[in-house]
Amino acid sequence: MRRYIIKRIILAFATIFVVMTATFFLMHAIPGTPFSGNNDSMSAETLAVLMEKYGMDKPLYKQYLTYVWNILHGDFGVSMSNGYRSVTEIILTAFPVSADLGIRALIFGTIAGILLGIEAALHRNKPIDHISTITAIIGISIPSFVLGTILQTILGLGLSGWVKATFHTDYQLFPIARWQSFRYTIIPSFVLGMGTVASLARLMRTSMLDVINQDYIRTAKAKGISRQQIIWKHEVRNAMMPVITVLGRMIGGVVTGSYIIESQFAIPGLGKYLVNSITARDYTMTMGLTVFYSIFIVFSMLLVDLLYSVIDPRVRLAK
Amino acid sequence: MEMVKDFTPVPRDLEASQKIYRKSISYSQGVVRTLLQNKVAMVSLVFILFLIVVAIAGPIAFPDYEKTDLLHTLTPPSKEHILGTDELGRDVFTRLIRGTRTSLMIGFIAETINLVVGMLYGGIAGFLGGKADNIMMRIIDILMSIPQMLVMILMLTVLKKGIPTLILSLTITGWIGLARLVRGQILSLRENEYALAAKVLGAGKKEILLTHLLPNAIGPIIVNYTMSIPGAIGAEAGLSYLGLGISVPEASWGNMLQAGSSQFPASLWLFFAPAVLFALAMLAFNLLGDGLRDALDPKMRR
Repeated sequence: MRRYIIKRIILAFATIFVVMTATFFLMHAIPGTPFSGNNDSMSAETLAVLMEKYGMDKPLYKQYLTYVWNILHGDFGVSMSNGYRSVTEIILTAFPVSADLGIRALIFGTIAGILLGIEAALHRNKPIDHISTITAIIGISIPSFVLGTILQTILGLGLSGWVKATFHTDYQLFPIARWQSFRYTIIPSFVLGMGTVASLARLMRTSMLDVINQDYIRTAKAKGISRQQIIWKHEVRNAMMPVITVLGRMIGGVVTGSYIIESQFAIPGLGKYLVNSITARDYTMTMGLTVFYSIFIVFSMLLVDLLYSVIDPRVRLAK
Repeated sequence: MEMVKDFTPVPRDLEASQKIYRKSISYSQGVVRTLLQNKVAMVSLVFILFLIVVAIAGPIAFPDYEKTDLLHTLTPPSKEHILGTDELGRDVFTRLIRGTRTSLMIGFIAETINLVVGMLYGGIAGFLGGKADNIMMRIIDILMSIPQMLVMILMLTVLKKGIPTLILSLTITGWIGLARLVRGQILSLRENEYALAAKVLGAGKKEILLTHLLPNAIGPIIVNYTMSIPGAIGAEAGLSYLGLGISVPEASWGNMLQAGSSQFPASLWLFFAPAVLFALAMLAFNLLGDGLRDALDPKMRR
């Protein structure tokens, strides 16, 4: 067990090291300097002063060491497009919003996906099974921003238009932009969680069907245990194992999926900053956020995998 | 004794009772037959073939996907423009055909590169085993922890936008899933007797890998390939929405969806034409993949 944990932690650090290094050299592969953008009239002297100020006249390996050193101290550099605020400061204000959205989407996606999968497996080839399959297919085949657009129009604009016409108030049940009260969170969390619902429902169904045919389920039935107890204590608990394995990966999916949702719903989270930094060609911001995201995802995956080894005794024995 | 008369004993002709009436079929014949009987998979296959034909021949028949007409912008579907025009007066139908070519090309090329790289990497790791396998798998572990979307965003921010860069960014970490799958297959297959027999008969390592092990692992590989193409097409759509994918005037399903959702709901045709085609294509690839999985796995046949 200890060897496994140590191995995983070393791997996590190796991953972050690869990401940091790759990001650094990609950043330096861009032709020109960060200052050569709009003002071509800049004199060679000014450029030299700027280069010196930002340490860009030093040899590459020294710059690399400074960069790694700064990231280890939580300093991701200065954003070029957000009034020269530091990237770290932006992360600190925007990350809680993204985390909020991500957690809501994950909770909705996991619960709905697992329940749908269980019901589909228990009523194989019945209507609920087909509904589950169709949901999974929609979740896979419609991109989130398309689903978002449709829901924004129908539930957001359509509904508030109807409310206005009928009750003469400006009350919006499902506002389509910003992040304020619970009402604001419903559509974005639903759209972001849809992918999780789709893949988990499929996985849980297969896993349940696998468990239902096991010998120990027959034993449990023969012992006269009630149906409800067999389902929840024997079948679901065992079928959950493969689902928990992918949960770590799901976090990555939800986090990366939120870039699109946040920019679509004008939610002031990290994803929106990432998308804006791409369009504004704010390289330090894009790179800084990428490194931050990778560190976050690597460690959350590590945490989920370690939890998994606590839940499943077989993992402990294996390594 | 009256009863006995009602029944006549069956003649005990051993030859006749053991005769095989149905022709025995090989594995590949069985696969084809199961697939042909699966209506959903066949409809999907026909639809995909149709899309491929459109992608190849369509842009030749309708080449003017870039032609703007500022006098007729955002016109709803009519006789001249079956699917209407976009905000610069370009014909949506023509662009949709061009977009089909772009999107399918990205999906097929990217995933074929992933297929080749993944098969070679996984095959070599699984076949060498031991230390080499261990090192190769640690490299995969590291690459796998990096979210693919972030890699793509990084690559596309730094490099010149366009189809080649998009394909490159889809393949940088895209082959990993297949490499792991192939390695697992090879590890279990090389323990089989026929691998040993080939070795005893003097076949080289390379020959055993290429002529015995990889062909036997082909089933799951095909399924994975089919299912990963919609993934690549979907990734293009997402990246185009972020402004990183294919930029206009070139057409792709992704940037058409993006253009459509920016004019939604005022110009519905601009949104629904690509959305419906995109969803149908994703559906067809996924359902064909499901059908192939069932057909290739003898246990799933009924």
